[in-house]
Amino acid sequence: MKRKIPLAATLYVVLLMVPIYWLFIMSFKTNAEIFGSLTFWPHKPTLENYRAVLSDYAWYKGYLNAAIYVCMNVALSVLVAIPAAYGFSRFRFFGDRFLFFGFLALRMTAPAILLIPFVQIFSELNMIDTHLGVAIAHSFFNVPIAIWILEGFFSAIPPEIEESAKVDGYGQISIFSKILLPQIAPGIAVTAFFCFMFSWVELLLANALTTVNAKPIGAIMTRLGGVLSANVALLSAASVLTLIPGIIFVIFVRKHLARGFSLGQVN
Amino acid sequence: MDKRQNRYAYFYLLPAISVVLVSAIIPLMTVVNYSVQDSFAGGNFFWMGAYWFESVLGSREFYGALVRSLSFSALVLLIQVPLGIYIAVHFPAKGFLSALYLVLIAIPLLTPWLVVGYIWKVLVMPNAGLLGAAARALGIPYDMNNPVVVWLTLAAMDSWHWTSLVVLLCFAGLRAIPHAYYQAAQIDGASRWAVFWHVQLPRLRLALLIAILLRFMDSFMIYTEAYVVTRGGPGVSTTFLSHELVQTATVQFDLGEGGAISIIYFLIVLCVSWAFFSLIRPRDRAQSKGYS
Repeated sequence: MKRKIPLAATLYVVLLMVPIYWLFIMSFKTNAEIFGSLTFWPHKPTLENYRAVLSDYAWYKGYLNAAIYVCMNVALSVLVAIPAAYGFSRFRFFGDRFLFFGFLALRMTAPAILLIPFVQIFSELNMIDTHLGVAIAHSFFNVPIAIWILEGFFSAIPPEIEESAKVDGYGQISIFSKILLPQIAPGIAVTAFFCFMFSWVELLLANALTTVNAKPIGAIMTRLGGVLSANVALLSAASVLTLIPGIIFVIFVRKHLARGFSLGQVN
Repeated sequence: MDKRQNRYAYFYLLPAISVVLVSAIIPLMTVVNYSVQDSFAGGNFFWMGAYWFESVLGSREFYGALVRSLSFSALVLLIQVPLGIYIAVHFPAKGFLSALYLVLIAIPLLTPWLVVGYIWKVLVMPNAGLLGAAARALGIPYDMNNPVVVWLTLAAMDSWHWTSLVVLLCFAGLRAIPHAYYQAAQIDGASRWAVFWHVQLPRLRLALLIAILLRFMDSFMIYTEAYVVTRGGPGVSTTFLSHELVQTATVQFDLGEGGAISIIYFLIVLCVSWAFFSLIRPRDRAQSKGYS
């Protein structure tokens, strides 16, 4: 292979970064500059937009709310997916293929289909506007994702290890906790990161199931931002802050991006 | 690798099944319930049989939304799959540049969907947005009342958002090809195109199947991003199936019709998923793992 600058890839990366760059510079501009003349960098950079978002509880509680239900969802999804993925990777049983497909089909289901029943069921259970409600709703796609990713990690561990541990007198529980879990730990971390992101980016359900106390930042942007629809600068700062988890995430799991996004099917 | 036959394996699945029972199975059954009944004042339900299904299947709004959704999915697949393969083939294979680019191209995938819509909404603003201003400088106003312009904007937005998924999966697939394959091709004097056609593409089969499945499904369920940019308009030209469903069920509060649309929507998802699943995980392979 010859060494040369990869032109196509570079052009692609630059094009992808243009909208992000535009958002980024707008967040440091004033509205007067944004709607005045077109400027390609902030001529009078200001931190006022960030100060406004981060000092107003009505705004920054949106990040906290989203973080809370996302973390609850990750804990729930990964916890129930670990044994399920183990079961799928190790055993054959009546309906295994059908069930494994069933989880995939749930991942593919449009959130809009489940919106109305969720609102009704969670109203009955008094769980509207609770973090747990959103966390449970988001598990319909995150549990399947976690099972599919983890199944790939479990299948990569040879079952002979378990068999020799059994010969050495380990029970099923200690095989799981002392032998399998340490080996699968990186896989669990990758799965948790992906569940975190897939729940972080969803808004339709998160918005519909919350009213005040558990509203995520995205919904606050449309509501407060909708009132101040000309306040592009403020909304841009709020948007940039929502990108931070993704940017931290991608640095940690850059080696596993294909694996996570392909539901564990491409390594 | 052998799998053992074990009828107690269900116990391992029990926690996961209980969670999706609440978060998916019961809600889906509730939808079925809506689709065969009518309600008055919320409390009284009447059996309607197939009435809502007949009404939806005879409705021009439903067909319009379905055709728009399928066309949008087809359009973005036609753009993103070839583009994604092309970028993956020309991606730097290793070194600092490769790592840096991988991190950068993943950022759109991790942007909240609302923010994706917001970024593009601002981008096409006539005075504040880069695209809007560029169009104005060229003397063509960026007309968001023109359905063609709006569709191109949404296709560009979706491609900005998701092409990297195809790139990431194909790039990973390409890296898994043993170097000996390329050496053999070189000895045979194969052209760049022949290498792509006979060595690279066949080895990308699984990556492409997954990428196409995910891209089809996620574009078929598009809601937030498109709604932020267009609110379904101009007219109903960008009202996709998810918009039509939410509109029917929450704004017109027509639960029966909403339920029927949901069931049809879900059946389409189920059929397409099954087709891809049987290609991704063929039954033969599963059986050769030893059903004793």
